[in-house]
Amino acid sequence: MAVAATSATDIEVVRGRRAALFCAAVAIVLGLPLWWKTTETYRAPLPYSQISGLDALQLRLMVPVTVVFTRDSVPLDDQEKLPFTVVHEREIPLKCEFLQGQGCLVELRSVQRCVECPTKEPECFSAFFSEPSAFLSQDKMSYIGPGRTAVVRGIMHREALNIMGRRIIQVAQAMSLTEDVLAAALADHLPEDKWSSDKRRPLKSSSGYEITFSLLNPDPKSHDVHWDIEGAVRRYVQPFLSALSAAGNFSVDSQVRLGASLTRLPPATTWPCTASPMSSTQWNPGWDPALPPCTLCSTFCSTCLMATNAFHSPRWGGIMVYNVDPKAYNGSRLPVRVEVDMVRVMEVFLAQLRLLFGIAQPQVPPKCLLSGPKSEGLMTWELDRLLWARSVENLATATTTLTSLAQLLGKISNIVIKDDVASEVYRAVAAVQKAAEELASGHLASAFVASQEAVTSSERAFFDPSLLHLLYFPDDQKFAIYIPLFLPMAVPILHSLAKIFLETRKNWNKSEKTD
Amino acid sequence: MAAAMPLALLVLLLLGPGGWSQAEPPRDTLREELVITPLPSGDVAATFQFRTRWDSELQRERASHYRLFPKALGQLIAKYSLRELHLSFTQGFWRTRYWGSPFLQAPSDTDHYFLRYAVLPREVVCTENLTPWKKLLPCSSKAGLSVLLKADRLFHTSYHSQAVHIRPICRNARCTRVSWELRQTLSVVFDAFVTGQGKKEWSLFRMFSRTLTEPCPLASESRVYVDITSYNQNNEPLEVSPPPTTTYQDVILGSRKTYAVYDLLDTALINSSRSLNLQLKWKRPPESEAPPVPFLHAQRYVSGYGLQKGELSTLLYNTHPYRAFPVLLLDTVPWYLRLYVHTLTITSKGKENKPSYIHYQPAQDRLQPHLLEMLIQLPASSVTKVSIQFERALLKWTEYTPDPNHGFYVSPSVLSALVPSVVAGTPVDWEESPLFSTLFPVSDGSSYFVRLYTEPLLVSLPTPDFSMPYNVICLTCTVVAVCYGSFYNLLTRTFHIEEPSTGGLAKRLANLIRRVRGVPPL
Repeated sequence: MAVAATSATDIEVVRGRRAALFCAAVAIVLGLPLWWKTTETYRAPLPYSQISGLDALQLRLMVPVTVVFTRDSVPLDDQEKLPFTVVHEREIPLKCEFLQGQGCLVELRSVQRCVECPTKEPECFSAFFSEPSAFLSQDKMSYIGPGRTAVVRGIMHREALNIMGRRIIQVAQAMSLTEDVLAAALADHLPEDKWSSDKRRPLKSSSGYEITFSLLNPDPKSHDVHWDIEGAVRRYVQPFLSALSAAGNFSVDSQVRLGASLTRLPPATTWPCTASPMSSTQWNPGWDPALPPCTLCSTFCSTCLMATNAFHSPRWGGIMVYNVDPKAYNGSRLPVRVEVDMVRVMEVFLAQLRLLFGIAQPQVPPKCLLSGPKSEGLMTWELDRLLWARSVENLATATTTLTSLAQLLGKISNIVIKDDVASEVYRAVAAVQKAAEELASGHLASAFVASQEAVTSSERAFFDPSLLHLLYFPDDQKFAIYIPLFLPMAVPILHSLAKIFLETRKNWNKSEKTD
Repeated sequence: MAAAMPLALLVLLLLGPGGWSQAEPPRDTLREELVITPLPSGDVAATFQFRTRWDSELQRERASHYRLFPKALGQLIAKYSLRELHLSFTQGFWRTRYWGSPFLQAPSDTDHYFLRYAVLPREVVCTENLTPWKKLLPCSSKAGLSVLLKADRLFHTSYHSQAVHIRPICRNARCTRVSWELRQTLSVVFDAFVTGQGKKEWSLFRMFSRTLTEPCPLASESRVYVDITSYNQNNEPLEVSPPPTTTYQDVILGSRKTYAVYDLLDTALINSSRSLNLQLKWKRPPESEAPPVPFLHAQRYVSGYGLQKGELSTLLYNTHPYRAFPVLLLDTVPWYLRLYVHTLTITSKGKENKPSYIHYQPAQDRLQPHLLEMLIQLPASSVTKVSIQFERALLKWTEYTPDPNHGFYVSPSVLSALVPSVVAGTPVDWEESPLFSTLFPVSDGSSYFVRLYTEPLLVSLPTPDFSMPYNVICLTCTVVAVCYGSFYNLLTRTFHIEEPSTGGLAKRLANLIRRVRGVPPL
């Protein structure tokens, strides 16, 4: 009887122990993964490795150059030796914080043996060799035209090919990329000390620009100022902007601010990405406002105390102080009618616009003749150079944005990554790669478009508001919700596991003793 | 009615395609004007108007060049092809019953197809709304009438309303050319009677803490009008200083008014004292007389009990002794009040009043509010009651505003009417007459246009307990934990046969007592 009872008890104990173990197993094997899965923040997969690969991106900018020899410009036996293509590579080392080891290889590819002059403007750079004494005066060795063409004087010499090669490279570099241009484009990404701050003059690259001409007249009681801004915009600004239209969309307007006083300088640093902030009206260029009135932004002033009458604020705009002829006050009653001489004003503004868009004065190689600008004030190769610079700048911006986004997402695990954010990131990465490829193969226009897309997509991903949704969800609220569930479930399981563990150890000790 | 409502913000947009004719060289003019009206209650109303007229085809030209017209608004018109824009910020409530009809409200001509109309009754008007409004003025707040616009005085008033009205106006009779008109208006009602210790005297300096020093050099007209009508009959008991050079008489809002006119462009006016501080003094204390009741005023309230149903009622008063006139009543009610249109009743003098026109656009949840528009004939000297029942809807718990127990605002109804006037007016020349009389074009002098807004209403909606999701989680967890506990207990419980032991504390105690009693232990 007692034996039966003990065995029955033993069976019961073993059954209870098994049940407890089973419950613990179910809770751990089924419950925990289920809870983990259902409360996980959604994070779409991102191309982290590709983004970190962008860091070490080697930009290769190709500048295809066609070289055309006219008759008798090269000795006959040299013509036989002309190679079909020549590749000249030059590395521009620009070390910057994010783009480690990014260099630029400028590649010159020369194609020869075409004798006929192309009639329309060539798609790529061309250098002509000729012997036209009528074209170049004796002391000049080369001529850079307003289009994409240059003419280099031919030479009858034993080393003719080598000398000519050097000259072509000189001219092509002057017309395409220089170190300065790239440094200016990457000014934001380079360390401060290496490049002076005047590299940061141009506006940041953007898809559109809004240009506002403001006439500030601080004293409308004594001056009645008129300007023919519509005609001036139509005559001088529109041709320039339509030549620049490949670099973005432009809108032009003007306003007259009357009685605007000079109070403070606008912050010249930041502005939301798409507009050029030339429209602020209240600012102070730093002289005593109690002195005679000075108007700004193509503006006027009766007796101004400045030697120069125009200056510009980097990445913001330009100001011109327009002085009223003192003779105008003689004998006439107030207000004096003032007609602004728009030719004088627009000369200054077009120069300032060129500075704002980063079109620097070209560095001409020695003994080279530079043609006068075209009627719109912009040479085709200057536009090309701007597009190159903008593409490189866009690529650098997009890479920086993507890298910091990836870093941020890796660091903070609480951020939700939605599918549309992920697709923007993928698109940006693909666009960066496409732009780099197009640059390497010399397709400038499509490279620029791709680089713009890269910037837009990467910034859209970076500033997506959905990233912030769960960022500030406090941890104590999670505990407040989980504890009522987990505590009552975990306590019995842990208790019985502890009990089983103790009993097993006791039994084990007992069996050891009996042994 | 007397309870001042916290605010009304009104946006009225008319969108439409613009197809205008050829442009000529742009020309713009600025006129500014201040009307000071002593109100029957002893308060003083001051209405500023700044009107910029620009003869330009804004919507057709690509490059826009602005002079007096603000660039920000011009770009808005050009980009969105605006036909008209009316935006007003109002703090307080215009008490039509005591103050008479106001000068200015919204436009007289609307096209429903392109109309966008919205009211935000919950928003608060503040100095940060006044500053950008002042920046739109060509003279900013440096010269002219705008020097009086000092924020701390303007907001220390019982009524404050600032507005921007943009509308095209015809340049010729056939309207083949249009000009753009920007009217910036600001009306304030100073509580002069209370703050002035019961005296009805005022001066510019006491109201605005500034005086007028110079006209805006850009303005072609800069004038101050002071209403001296009601005191003119009984032997001049008041004096306005400095004495006005001219007076202006016209029929304004149905009654004949006399205004003292001060032209700031008249150099003699300011040069004599270097500043102009208008003052009004009484020679003998005025008799307190009952204020004349305006012919049209209205009142609105919500009734009913509980949180399920209610009723919106609007009372329209026609106090004209013998003339009936129609009124256009426009109501926008938010979707969370579900209107029952079959309960719409309109009664005047105890009889049913059938509206001659009804337009009803039902609400769509979370998309658009109810729109109810009616043309009602108001009989002479009568009160018409328009009432409609509604049911309160339940919102989703994330749709409640912060502080939901405060209630939800229902925007005011809009009343537009051509009210018959007592005195026949003469047709006026639009460009020559003062700005306050040209807000609404009136074809004949026998009636005048009035637009009134009723009070915004505050309706409380049933609000849930916002801690409920957490409570539900806790309760569910507890239930799960209890079920799980008993289930677990059932599964893992084991039964042992207990050896009888010496017993617990109770048994020992019992044995102790038994021993004392001499009874054998258990």
